Amino acid sequence: MTEPANNGKSFDRFLHTRRRIYNGVFLVLTGIATAIALAALFLILETLVSKGLAGIDAHVFTMSQPAPDEQGGLLNAIVGSLVMCGFGMAVALFIGVLAGTWLAEYGDGTKLAAVVRFLNDILISAPSILIGLFVYQLLVRPFHGFSALAGGMALALLAMPVATRATEDIMRLQPNALREAGMALGANRGLVIRSIIWRASKSGLVTGALLSFARISGETAPLLFTSLGNPFLSFRLTQPVAALPTTIFQFAMSAYDDWQRLAWAGALLIAVAVLTTNILGRVLTRGSVQK
Amino acid sequence: MSTAASAKTEALRVADAQGNARKPRDDWAFRTLCLSAVLAMMATLIGLVGSLVSGGWLALSHFGLSFFTTSTWDPVADQYGAAAPIVGTLITSFLALLFALPVAIGVAVFLVEICPQAIARWLAIAVELLAGIPSIVYGMWGLFVLAPWFAQNVQLPLMTWVTPGSWLEAIVMGVPNGANIFTASLILAVMILPYIAAILRELLMSVPSHMREAAYGLGCTPREVIMRIMLPYVRRSAIGAVMLGLGRALGETMAVTFIIGNSHNFPHSLFDSGSTISSTIANEFTEATGDMHISALIALGTVLFMITFVTIAIARLLLGRGGPK
Amino acid sequence: MIPPPDGDRLIDVHNLDFFYGKSQALFGIDLPVARNKVTALIGPSGCGKSTLLRTLNRIYDLYPGQKASGEIMFDGENILDQAKNSEQLRARIGMVFQRPTPFPMSIYDNIAFGVRLHRNVGKAAMDEVVERSLTRAALWDEVKDKLNTSGLGLSGGQQQRLCVARGIAINPDVLLLDEPASALDPLSTAKLESTLMELKKSITIVIVTHNLQQAARISDYTGFMLLGKMIEFRPSSDAFVSPETTQMQDYITGRFG
Repeated sequence: MTEPANNGKSFDRFLHTRRRIYNGVFLVLTGIATAIALAALFLILETLVSKGLAGIDAHVFTMSQPAPDEQGGLLNAIVGSLVMCGFGMAVALFIGVLAGTWLAEYGDGTKLAAVVRFLNDILISAPSILIGLFVYQLLVRPFHGFSALAGGMALALLAMPVATRATEDIMRLQPNALREAGMALGANRGLVIRSIIWRASKSGLVTGALLSFARISGETAPLLFTSLGNPFLSFRLTQPVAALPTTIFQFAMSAYDDWQRLAWAGALLIAVAVLTTNILGRVLTRGSVQK
Repeated sequence: MSTAASAKTEALRVADAQGNARKPRDDWAFRTLCLSAVLAMMATLIGLVGSLVSGGWLALSHFGLSFFTTSTWDPVADQYGAAAPIVGTLITSFLALLFALPVAIGVAVFLVEICPQAIARWLAIAVELLAGIPSIVYGMWGLFVLAPWFAQNVQLPLMTWVTPGSWLEAIVMGVPNGANIFTASLILAVMILPYIAAILRELLMSVPSHMREAAYGLGCTPREVIMRIMLPYVRRSAIGAVMLGLGRALGETMAVTFIIGNSHNFPHSLFDSGSTISSTIANEFTEATGDMHISALIALGTVLFMITFVTIAIARLLLGRGGPK
Repeated sequence: MIPPPDGDRLIDVHNLDFFYGKSQALFGIDLPVARNKVTALIGPSGCGKSTLLRTLNRIYDLYPGQKASGEIMFDGENILDQAKNSEQLRARIGMVFQRPTPFPMSIYDNIAFGVRLHRNVGKAAMDEVVERSLTRAALWDEVKDKLNTSGLGLSGGQQQRLCVARGIAINPDVLLLDEPASALDPLSTAKLESTLMELKKSITIVIVTHNLQQAARISDYTGFMLLGKMIEFRPSSDAFVSPETTQMQDYITGRFG
């Protein structure tokens, strides 16, 4: 009687052991995968910080683009980036918040809204270089010149779908009872949206703005054929203007050590800006969710 | 309104000093404003497609199918065949996916099931930091760090090690400067890795806890719970996430342009230089002079748009509304 | 059904049907609402009492698929007539919801918001309206020193009384309440009920409630509903003591619902 029982037991043990081995291997593999990802992060950040810091000095913020082997900085590029990002964000938020409001309030449930949402989600992931080509056809070619305006519009088109989506998402979270309470007092829909729902969605809207900024501040490709670049500090919207990403591109691909140093400094600046905005956005979201 | 009732209700009202009644305000102005914003957005999408097609029409109508099948790209002779960039885009993206996917799954699984949750939150933030790094930084890192390292530690040793004339040599042949489709794929892989990992992690966390607990209750090991129950549960959305990552890789410009070598010939080996659609456009557009040249580049953009549109559309259909903003 | 005397009806519902899309939720409802009295609507979950309440101020207009047909006479006119402006209607028929919904503004602004919709009122007059409304809602003493703080900072019971104050600030003829105490603790509920008893001297009240004791305590007339139909409508003093129908009998004795 013991023999078959023994047989049964050793079968089980074999199966169990094999499963445990598979499991162990699996766990190790996932650990390795995570280690790889963290290693990549560490390597990139380490290079970025060490080379970037080496290139940063006061001149970076006070002087404009230098000729090769001369002293200079990134002032014109920083200013250009800020101007175009600011313009882009203003346009994107204006249209994006209104569009997101329509999707969440007036258009909710309609077929048009479903189509718009789908297309908007696709726009979010569309290659940014194509937006650059579009704005080139629209604003550069007909006017025979590159401009900060074109660059700003390209950034606006990139940020718009992000703003739309973020607005719609936060507004949908507001409870219907809040809308009904406003309407029950005799307010029309628009007033309820503007005075009550937007106010209740404030932190989500700010997060949307931060996300839009993070999206566009590091973008290079669409600026290559819209704002082009300018070695001098310029505030004129209808002229080409330098931007951090495009200047970095130009400097990094060059053969001059000084320019390459500045390129790393610029890269560090962009990375810091993007990462800070991302972190700020998270902190804000966590605050509002806890409510 | 009947006067008797109004008189009574009037008496109930607070005697306001300047209590003038207000006329009701119509909502149509604001509503129309919002709708116009939506239509403006749709107009830009249509405009985008329209401008790409119209801009590329000159080249596409002139070369017809040969645009897609030949790889001669000669601005001087105004001969344009886009096979090399198109193939380059596809190869680098798929290779990137091949490298990134197992790691992304591993990371997501590790963070959700295996790592203690207190640490996992911080690691997840670290992974998302990776996703937040601008692509130009990846490009620079690729050019200044990965490429030389690769040339020094992979290409050179391999070149001295392989036997001449063997199939292995055919694969690893190439100028030892680290700028080739393989390294470009590596960079792309590092870029899309956190993207896919983040979405997969969210998906895995959305599996209802009673399902996990039922599986563990049966005595399943973590591997079995994940591979047999949790991943299949989110399979559809997970495929969507993967395709979204693929879409990102297809459209990526800056990370690739630095390190792909930018040659217009078909890559002959893994370590040979090549080009992608976006790197070609990025490199040549500002200096393109002839109308045909510009049109050819825009036609390239149209091709890229079609490829990414299909990929992302399928991804969104599978993924629903989840995923990154 | 024993209706109140004709002359005393402020709202008269005749043969009301209501549809959520294709599915019908109310069947031929008749409901008389007596002026300056509390009318309670009771019944098990899903019987349609909230749906009925929400037709009285046309708040269902917010949702495209929902439709009502029939007659709701208020001040000589049919509310359901689509040509009528529902915003004007809601200035005269107000509503308090199940969950407190303070607006994301200060307590003062919460009240002022509704008033400003319908009247241009100067600061001194508005201060007076705010104080009067909060006093009638039994909230003034608790918040008079913090009128500029956010409405969201109040406790649940206080928030609900804020909503009541907000609703009565515009001096409606009717106040509709949809299970207003269901999210409140017993103490806040008692405060709310005594507020309503005071208010009914000048405002007509219609209240939906799950709480039979509450209905018996505060209402003058009670309507019992089941599956979208009005089964009984009697003065509350009679309704709970000697129900006419077996369904109502079963409901108040706890057989179902």
